[in-house]
Amino acid sequence: MAGLDESPTERSTRLLNEPWQHAGAVGGGVTGTIESVKEIWAHRQLLGLLTKRELKSRYKDSAGGFLWSLAKPLTQLFIYYLVIGQFLGAARNIENFAVYIFAGLTVYTLFSEIVGSGTGSIIANSGLVKKVYLPREIFPLAAVGSALFNFLVQFVILIVAATVIGTLSFGPQLLFGVASLVLILIWGTAVGILLAALNVYLRDIQYLVEVALLLFMWASPILYSWQQAADVLPAWLLEVYVNSPITLSVLGFQEAFWSEASNGVPLPHLALRMLVAGVIGIIALIFAQRVFSRLQGDFAQEL
Amino acid sequence: MASHVPVVQVNDVSKRFIIRKEKSLKERLVNAGRSKQFKEDFWALKNVDLEIMSGTTIGLIGPNGSGKSTLLKTIGGIIQPTSGSVQRRGRLAALLELGAGFHQDLTGRENVYLNASILGLSRKQTDEYFDEIVDFSGIRDFIDTQVKFYSSGMYVRLAFAVAVHVDPDLLLVDEVLAVGDEAFQRKCLDKIRSFQAEGRTIVLVTHSLGQVTELCDRAVLLSKGTVMFDGAPHEAVRDFRDILEERRVDEAAEHKEEVRHGRITHVFTRAAGREIGEPVQPGDDLIVSMTFEHDGEGLENWMAALQIDNVQGQVVYGTTSKRLGFQLSRLKEAREVNFTLKNVNFGAGKYFINASLMDDEGRHLHDLPQVASFDVPFFDLAVGSVHAVPEFEDLGR
Repeated sequence: MAGLDESPTERSTRLLNEPWQHAGAVGGGVTGTIESVKEIWAHRQLLGLLTKRELKSRYKDSAGGFLWSLAKPLTQLFIYYLVIGQFLGAARNIENFAVYIFAGLTVYTLFSEIVGSGTGSIIANSGLVKKVYLPREIFPLAAVGSALFNFLVQFVILIVAATVIGTLSFGPQLLFGVASLVLILIWGTAVGILLAALNVYLRDIQYLVEVALLLFMWASPILYSWQQAADVLPAWLLEVYVNSPITLSVLGFQEAFWSEASNGVPLPHLALRMLVAGVIGIIALIFAQRVFSRLQGDFAQEL
Repeated sequence: MASHVPVVQVNDVSKRFIIRKEKSLKERLVNAGRSKQFKEDFWALKNVDLEIMSGTTIGLIGPNGSGKSTLLKTIGGIIQPTSGSVQRRGRLAALLELGAGFHQDLTGRENVYLNASILGLSRKQTDEYFDEIVDFSGIRDFIDTQVKFYSSGMYVRLAFAVAVHVDPDLLLVDEVLAVGDEAFQRKCLDKIRSFQAEGRTIVLVTHSLGQVTELCDRAVLLSKGTVMFDGAPHEAVRDFRDILEERRVDEAAEHKEEVRHGRITHVFTRAAGREIGEPVQPGDDLIVSMTFEHDGEGLENWMAALQIDNVQGQVVYGTTSKRLGFQLSRLKEAREVNFTLKNVNFGAGKYFINASLMDDEGRHLHDLPQVASFDVPFFDLAVGSVHAVPEFEDLGR
């Protein structure tokens, strides 16, 4: 690096030519968002290290290591398959019920992890937030990173299972899987960033989030089919239900990895709905980032 | 010396903290109507203006709660000012807490990479510096151990080693130099000196006034969020001691446990056979004269104390009347006492006299810091606080 053999005169000449910058977070408006994105991009290596740190420290000192991250979803799968599918009979109407559930669970677990650990991320890193200036969005984003890793592990299992059971075939429907992933990432990040900032001021949010995540799991067609909900819900509520980004992602995943070989009834205009949800999601993400950057000025003193 | 260019501009910065006394949703809802009474405003900084030039070392000093750390954090961008703005340029590294980014469950090696990245080094740069960092920390044997097994000294060594290899233009340091053993502290100070020689700018918050006079070109004294003094370190240190003394007196008055009215009214110093203000020559007898009085019911068992500081604020001499074996009778009326220091041999420079009135348990009843001073003329054969005539022989063996 130039710095070590730079003479004092060279240093001050260089500094004289450097532009002034504001200490701390950047200004408002959409330009503020662009600046923030640039700043986060400049810290991408750190983002990678923080993600790694989260993963490493989560299963520290355990012999099983990251295999434990599989224990919960696999147990869930087993319980739901047995209790809901066999005892309560949901499997009678849905072919290949195990793949059906696991497709939904995989994508929902991603969302739930992003939001769950994102919400607590600023507080969990309060030592850093108080002592070093970094673009603070990096902490909820690191939560996204580590959630993505766990998602990948589950995703591999999903692919293997779908191949074995025979619901996976190569075709354009796989694009729904990609779209679902993008959609859930946009919305998960938006919600995660927003709640991470709010949680600093109101700690109750992290408990509220736990409850809400449980609720949302049952408010999307993971363990039952959307037609079953359509039979019961009034028309306006059904619209809300099927257009929620979580429902759309779950349906997209099922479409990609399950429907082709099974008796799934696709939701009309699924692609269009996902596109609209994606566009709204991006607006929500920008909005969340604006709120975050407005609130982050006082993080250091609130923690 | 390189030409100095401004690197930090603090323009009319104020910072208000709102202290809320409730935190949970329930409390907030219950108290929604009367939230005013559960809030408290506190101005940590009030209209602070500051310009910092490149290549200088600035000490921020002040009593606890004077806003010096807040100011440092504002410069670092960690805290946003309520009003006003802070601008800066160049690469910044903030050492507000050593090892802030360390994670207990990661090894030393992993933490070096993580912390370096937090402070702004790329992976490639860290690779380059890694050996240097480990050598500087001196804990190569433990580098692959999880840091939770480190002793606090090892922890701090590693953290500091990372921090000084970041190549900042502007380094913010908060109270972190007071850690580690003596050898390591010396290493830290040497590193700071070489940073100075390389034309880097350092802003230092410290309670060690010795460090301020030793390291800084300029000191900023803060009190209750405002700048009280901005200029030469030794003057700032003197003003700071005055503030501390005032506060001590205020506190003593508040507690009222025992109103102590004793005070020092007058102190002067001169060499025997010379006028006040004339330089003191090596070998002179130094006379320090103090006048005490007590306007209460009088004070038994008191003692007079004398301390001499050099310009760096280091104590070079001190004694008390008790040490000299004197039991002084009840103090009430004005009373003059003399210390005569025989055959003083101070090195060249300016010296300050601190006078104290103490009770028999050694509690300070009244202090007058730097109340008088004397000069010792320049001596071209040696430097330092002690005068001795040097001789040199080359024995040729």
